[in-house]
Amino acid sequence: MSIEYFLNSLYLIKPEIVVTTFLVFVVLLDLFSNKRNNLLPFFSILGLLVTGYFVLEQFGLKGLAFVTSDSRAMVSVDSFSAFFKSIVVLSSIYFILMTVYSKEMEETFDRTGEYYTLMFGMVLGMFFMISGSDLILLYLSVELVSLSSYVMAGFAKNSEKSSEASLKYLIYGALSSGLMLFGISLIYGLTASTNLYELNPLLIVSEANSFILMFAMLLIFAGIGYKISAVPFHFWTPDVYEGAPTPVTAYLSVASKAAGFALLIRLIKVSFIAEKDTFGFWIYNPIFNWQDFLVIISVATMTLGNFAALWQKNVKRMLAYSSIAHAGYLLAALAVLSDTGLVAVLVYFAVYLLMNLGAFLIVIFIKNKTGSEELDSYDGIGFSMPFLGVSFTIFLVSLTGLPPTAGFIGKLYLFIALVDAKMFVLAIIALLNSVVSLYYYIRILKHMFLAKPSENSPKEELSAVQFIILFSLVIPVLLFGVYFSPIVELAKNSILLLGF
Amino acid sequence: MMTIGLQHFLIVSGLLFSLGIFGIMTRKNAVMVLMGIELILNSANINFIAFAKYGNFGYHGQMIALFVIILAAAEAAIALAIVLNIYKNFSTVNVDEVNKLKE
Repeated sequence: MSIEYFLNSLYLIKPEIVVTTFLVFVVLLDLFSNKRNNLLPFFSILGLLVTGYFVLEQFGLKGLAFVTSDSRAMVSVDSFSAFFKSIVVLSSIYFILMTVYSKEMEETFDRTGEYYTLMFGMVLGMFFMISGSDLILLYLSVELVSLSSYVMAGFAKNSEKSSEASLKYLIYGALSSGLMLFGISLIYGLTASTNLYELNPLLIVSEANSFILMFAMLLIFAGIGYKISAVPFHFWTPDVYEGAPTPVTAYLSVASKAAGFALLIRLIKVSFIAEKDTFGFWIYNPIFNWQDFLVIISVATMTLGNFAALWQKNVKRMLAYSSIAHAGYLLAALAVLSDTGLVAVLVYFAVYLLMNLGAFLIVIFIKNKTGSEELDSYDGIGFSMPFLGVSFTIFLVSLTGLPPTAGFIGKLYLFIALVDAKMFVLAIIALLNSVVSLYYYIRILKHMFLAKPSENSPKEELSAVQFIILFSLVIPVLLFGVYFSPIVELAKNSILLLGF
Repeated sequence: MMTIGLQHFLIVSGLLFSLGIFGIMTRKNAVMVLMGIELILNSANINFIAFAKYGNFGYHGQMIALFVIILAAAEAAIALAIVLNIYKNFSTVNVDEVNKLKE
């Protein structure tokens, strides 16, 4: 391998290099400063902005980094990975802003250095999850993300709930990633390769025992399903989302889910799809029936998520179940296995990023004032804190998928993809699920606007910066509800995966 | 005399894997649960090395096993720290008694 080749590979992983550099800088800055460092959040945001710049540069780029033989590359860089990386970068920036303005994180501010180091570790892991194309690299990056997030979930270490959340996350996470590793070892035994590109031809002509292959794929899906919290690997989600500090919850529900979906899509498209027909439908290899499998998982995920959310009394727990349900919708769009389906997934993710971060941001702001996230403590919020109440309404309407909010666009493209593929049953199930979800989202509104505020309910006091952060999420959610062509165009340009 | 072949290794790794799952399902002590997880990781390691040796796949599989060993060490360090924190807050490491978060 010539030096030129190596340099070319390094050029392709510029964003990852920047993230690593800033990780080291954060450690150093923390080392040479006093206990409470107020500079670190700004420094981390700067690091993310630089990373974001290099990620944007990668749109339209196509390249394989660290190619060892003919088609064996460790990392593949394409518009698809750039899209998901920008989602990760954006949610990381909001994650830092949420942390800075969250009262419950204040007790941890003497450990800020560790916090941002872990965050950069997570970002690095998610970047490699998104663009890695070797099962071992993918496994290692899943673990990098998991290990950092176990600690993050228990970061408020004096809180019983937070440490319980980290224990539960740890046990479920370690089990699923262990299963995933065992699955990878079986794939390695069957095909002598762990590379996604190499697996594609091997799986097509394979005389491998299809039962073992199916078993191995199920085990690998256990690792991915845990990251995207798909049924039946969702058990950790409600507990961890409720117990973890709210900024961490928001981050887990958007960024690590995005990385998990990117991994799943790349695995299916690169390793199992031989070609596509003229309508953009992917012709998958019959050795593992991804379509039926994904349809079953998606129906189970959205139904369980929506119905379990109905009787939750804690808003964070309710949002946890709602995020399970959203994973179900995303899986439904993926199950179409076509280019339209992929566009729907990307559009949905862009929208989901805005509305989910927004909803958690409001939960943080309200908790700063009331000190609680129980549904009963939301009584009369609409009157005592009108601005937060109205913004929460917008986000909840968007999460339901009603016009004129961005959530409607996400759902619209989902249904277009499903109807286009003549998967009417799945479309109807998804539609009925949206109706169910309306009930529990509206229940929050009922508490906020129809219940009487208590006598000494705190007043709304938001600083100018807090207003700006909130507006930066509210306005896009409303704007993309009516003017959505930029998102759709971006998604259509981003479905180019390096593959067949 | 019986020669030891691939299937013997696979039987051992299958047994380790099942014991790992069994341990995670039945043990109440958090440390024992973590030991079950280590068993699963090591069963995968045996698979990788056995496949690499008997399938003549080169050194790829053994390299993977090295990575996994390092990762298992990192995971054990973090896991024990979390269990220690649980002990500090709950004065127990029984996973069934750590149940503040419920519907």
